[in-house]
Amino acid sequence: MPLIVKDWLADHVEVPAGLTAEQLAADLVKVGLEEEAIHGAAVTGPLVVGRVLEMHPEPQKNGKTINWCQVDVGPEHNVDGSRGIVCGAHNFAPGDLVAVALPGTVLPGPFPIAARKTYGHVSDGMICSSAELGLGDDGEHGIIVLPRDMGFAAEDLTPGQDATALLGLGEEVLEINVTPDRGYAFSYRGVAREYAHSTGAKFTDRGLATGAEPSPTADGFEVRVQDDAPINGVVGCDRFVTRIVRRIDPSAPTPAWMKHRLEGAGMRSISLAVDITNYVMLDLGQPLHAYDLAKVSAPIVVRRAAAGERLTTLDDTDRALGTEDLLITDSPDGAGSRVLGLAGVMGGASSEVSGTTTDVLVEAAHFDQITVARTARRHKLSSEAAKRFERGVDPLLPAVAAQRVVDLLVELGGGTSDAAVSDLDTTAEATLQKPIQLKVTEPTRLSGVEYTPEQVRSTLEEIGATVEATSVVEPVEVLTVTPPTWRPDLTDPADLVEEVVRIHGYDQIPSVLPSAPGGRGLTTEQRTRRAVARALAEAGFVETLSYPFVGAPEYDALGLPDDDPRRVSLRLVNPMADDKPLMRSNLLVTLLDTVRRNVSRGITDLAVYEIGLVTRPAAGAPAAPVLPGGVRPTAEQLAALAAAVPDQPRRVAGVLTGKRELAGWWGSGRAAGWADALAAARLVAERAGVDVVVSADPDHMPWHPGRCARLELADGTLIGHAGELHPKVVETLGLPARAAAFEVDLSVLVAAASGEPVVAQSVSAFPAAKEDFAFVVDGDVPAEAVRSAIVAGAGELLEDLALFDVFTGEQVGEGKKSLAYSLRLRAADRTLSAKEVRAVRDAVVDSAADKVGAVLRG
Amino acid sequence: MSTPDEKAPIDPLDEAALDAAVQAALDDIAKAVDLDALKAVRTQHTGDRSSLALANRGIGALPGPDKAKAGKLVGPRRGRINQAIATRQTELEAERDARVLAEETVDVTLPVQRTTAGARHPIELVQERIADFFVGLGWEIADGPEVEAEWFNFDALNFGPDHPARQMQDTFYVAGDGGSDSNLVLRTHTSPVQARSLLERGVPLYIACPGRTFRTDALDQTHTPVFHQVEGLAVDKGLTMANLVGTLDAFARAMFGPEAKTRLRPAFFPFTEPSAEMDLWFPQKKGGAGWIEWGGCGMVNPNVLRAAGVDPEEYTGFAFGMGIERTLMLRHSIADMHDIVEGDVRFSTQFGTEI
Repeated sequence: MPLIVKDWLADHVEVPAGLTAEQLAADLVKVGLEEEAIHGAAVTGPLVVGRVLEMHPEPQKNGKTINWCQVDVGPEHNVDGSRGIVCGAHNFAPGDLVAVALPGTVLPGPFPIAARKTYGHVSDGMICSSAELGLGDDGEHGIIVLPRDMGFAAEDLTPGQDATALLGLGEEVLEINVTPDRGYAFSYRGVAREYAHSTGAKFTDRGLATGAEPSPTADGFEVRVQDDAPINGVVGCDRFVTRIVRRIDPSAPTPAWMKHRLEGAGMRSISLAVDITNYVMLDLGQPLHAYDLAKVSAPIVVRRAAAGERLTTLDDTDRALGTEDLLITDSPDGAGSRVLGLAGVMGGASSEVSGTTTDVLVEAAHFDQITVARTARRHKLSSEAAKRFERGVDPLLPAVAAQRVVDLLVELGGGTSDAAVSDLDTTAEATLQKPIQLKVTEPTRLSGVEYTPEQVRSTLEEIGATVEATSVVEPVEVLTVTPPTWRPDLTDPADLVEEVVRIHGYDQIPSVLPSAPGGRGLTTEQRTRRAVARALAEAGFVETLSYPFVGAPEYDALGLPDDDPRRVSLRLVNPMADDKPLMRSNLLVTLLDTVRRNVSRGITDLAVYEIGLVTRPAAGAPAAPVLPGGVRPTAEQLAALAAAVPDQPRRVAGVLTGKRELAGWWGSGRAAGWADALAAARLVAERAGVDVVVSADPDHMPWHPGRCARLELADGTLIGHAGELHPKVVETLGLPARAAAFEVDLSVLVAAASGEPVVAQSVSAFPAAKEDFAFVVDGDVPAEAVRSAIVAGAGELLEDLALFDVFTGEQVGEGKKSLAYSLRLRAADRTLSAKEVRAVRDAVVDSAADKVGAVLRG
Repeated sequence: MSTPDEKAPIDPLDEAALDAAVQAALDDIAKAVDLDALKAVRTQHTGDRSSLALANRGIGALPGPDKAKAGKLVGPRRGRINQAIATRQTELEAERDARVLAEETVDVTLPVQRTTAGARHPIELVQERIADFFVGLGWEIADGPEVEAEWFNFDALNFGPDHPARQMQDTFYVAGDGGSDSNLVLRTHTSPVQARSLLERGVPLYIACPGRTFRTDALDQTHTPVFHQVEGLAVDKGLTMANLVGTLDAFARAMFGPEAKTRLRPAFFPFTEPSAEMDLWFPQKKGGAGWIEWGGCGMVNPNVLRAAGVDPEEYTGFAFGMGIERTLMLRHSIADMHDIVEGDVRFSTQFGTEI
């Protein structure tokens, strides 16, 4: 994002002396240009100008020759008229003016300089190279000779002078963030305008035509736009200005001030012509390109790429072009036969200006935002040009910017401006600046701040809009506002409202809490989710969250059969990890990963749970329809959207390992097991207010075939499973033995809950009768069946029933088990008589015998 | 203890002998060290064979005038003994009770937790707390799917197909059948719930939508590809940015205490216009109190209202969104995102079931 060099900003707007980067950031953030970073001063300490007085080459044993130099660093710093410095470089001579880092200087790195003994001398400082100063590596690692390499006039330099300021190395630089709607803030012109909006400082718009821009001539470099496939009906290029500058001195250096500014803005100096185009782009916001005129064959043709075309861009990447890519081509073998560059994104290597270029063809064009955005995205090429074009560039800038480039090439490169000018311009006033009808009360309606009509008008004029003759429709004055050409983002009244409100200051908005009409509170689903989450936490489970990303190996670890419906998972195109491209179809698969992490960290007595969505795509589900924004979809379209979004039920799952009750001075504790998992699952259903039917499920991985309960609604709808995990799964995942787990579908439970208020039964105060029974049944009779038989037999007098013992052994016989129950009987309206109790007892025994073959134990 | 003297019954009129018997009884009562001893003393001095009982029995044989006199001598003396026994009985019972309780003393510093304590995940707790705040304002809480149609995630919110902001959000795309486009994404923000709620519930609408969101950011100290946001949306007649500010201020105070306040800065979001970044005044900021970024907000873009069939001339609205992780990290001084996402029970356990 843009770096703001203060003295450059001052070209466009009055900036107070001594403006700090912090203050500048504070001023800009008020109008919406956020601080990204403040980059610290590159150099601190005594970096000064020095004049080399003496230079004695001294060959060393290691084959190198060092120079023992005496350097005049000014009376303030000299010791006996100079300082002695050892230097390994040779590209300078006595008399040269150089940059000297005296002891105490900290160079970029950070690299602190101190006097040190080396090669038999005390070197009292360092003569600096470009790389050492952080001014870019010139590749030769040579010393900077200030007049020769940086373009300073020798007469302006004095030994002892502060070189930090001279080289612009002492300044803090503000980097700002530019939001996608404000392309014009990618220029000093734009930032300066915003600074003026914030502070009221005097702003001069240097992006407006001055009248110096020549009109196109008949002999201008021919340019054709042949867009056969405009995107959304918009021709990819609506403006193309060319200028020619001849007889530039190819060896002319970029002046120090420009280098300093470019480097301060984060750009490397390359060559004068390229530096000038970059400089003008940063200054005004117009991306520019400089071609070697000798390498370009007229006419330039702007066209879409043909299938199969390729281009090697300036970054030395060979790219296959897409048919939506807009190209700049020239015509050595017929019109448009050679690709020069990707329009608005990046040039090609072949036509680049080089060290021998004397005649330059300057391109200043305007390209369609969407065309550039798509090409930049397709080629993953976020160039400086693309960043600006995709956000929108002022279409009136090309001629102004081209003139600036020409002026600078003439002034700094000694070139001559050619009279031949071309300007292919299909921008039309009407499409450039669509007027917006704005009710003058609209800013107040949206912001809650009272603005006078005059304030609204003047603010819009301040941002560069023209506010036309107003009309009065209804009782309200309506303004016709034509936004400035550099603000293509202003298209709707609300956009203008933002301008008014932000320029007057968001801090002017009062704070008024609105009163909502009153809601219905949390939904049943939301309350159930909370009740379940809290119940599990109170039961000793710890809630965790996991990423929903899995791969087939995770399903394998659960032992899911190949045709298991839980293997049908949604796949991501661009997953975080290639081995986990799927969205989980169940919670346990990722919760078990959480369990493993805890176990690996030594926490083995564990009870964890997670509540979250799983994704259950239907095979062959249709793609979601592609619909425009800004229009309410039809009922059919909404139905199609709904059909495309996969089912995402909310689940709750839990896992227990190790001890459920801890070992301690009270005893050895109790291991967690299938029953704890089932109890938790039942607790979930109970909190959801749903009765469940439990049965054995001998075939549902990842559970143990003999220790897995299936939970259903009364109508047979599956709720979930609970029990001990299969030993193979436990082994594969490296879990403690006998780990147990449950997973139930909260969405099913919520749907099944009646939601009706409980109808209270009055509590009987009459005495209870207690009856105990021990029944012997076959070993494979489920306890649930015995319970049902007892309940059926006991009838309405049964208040409570508890199974208090399960016993197998010789006394009850081979293949049999004894189940002991305690019943509490009570009537609502009377004390039960012994006769009544006896009748219930007989009925229970009969029912148990009849339904499950139970025999009352003597 | 003196030996009972059954052979020489006391003359009921012998005052000195009666007094001696009383004194003997009181001495024995005082000497009784426990309840068993006292029981023996009681038998000896008040039982049927005791001196005073025998003297009492002798009264019946006395002549008339002596009868009354003897009665007045013997009765009160027997009463004194009974009272002394009762008093001593109370004392000894209290002593016994104290001794028993002392003997039952346990070491209350022993560890007593036989099951591990459970806990909620703080991300969930913060979301519930936020929900409670908005329910308190009379708003409702809305939910939506995490795998979402692109239309809801982008187009309905005024992110056109070529909008640069659509590229800014690092989106997880869902594969379609046979390599085709599904036009589904993992929602990059909770904002699609805005569009869904507007379509389903209509206006006026005051909703908050906490939930899980996804962006392709690698996990590090401050980023996670799976994170949570809360979205707020109010659409009604006459709502303004002042109402947005009022809601945000109240929300900030609810989450961060009475000193909290907010500040808006101009910003850009496709689904709001005007748009703002919201900063929170954070007294506990590292290196001194200051503003920190908390979320984005603005007035609902008219195109978003139109996509939901709401007339922007009649209704206005505001929307805001903030990161739950960020809120949690600020509120509880959490330095590293890894702690929040890894599922280590030691992290959740610190928070219990309420924050």
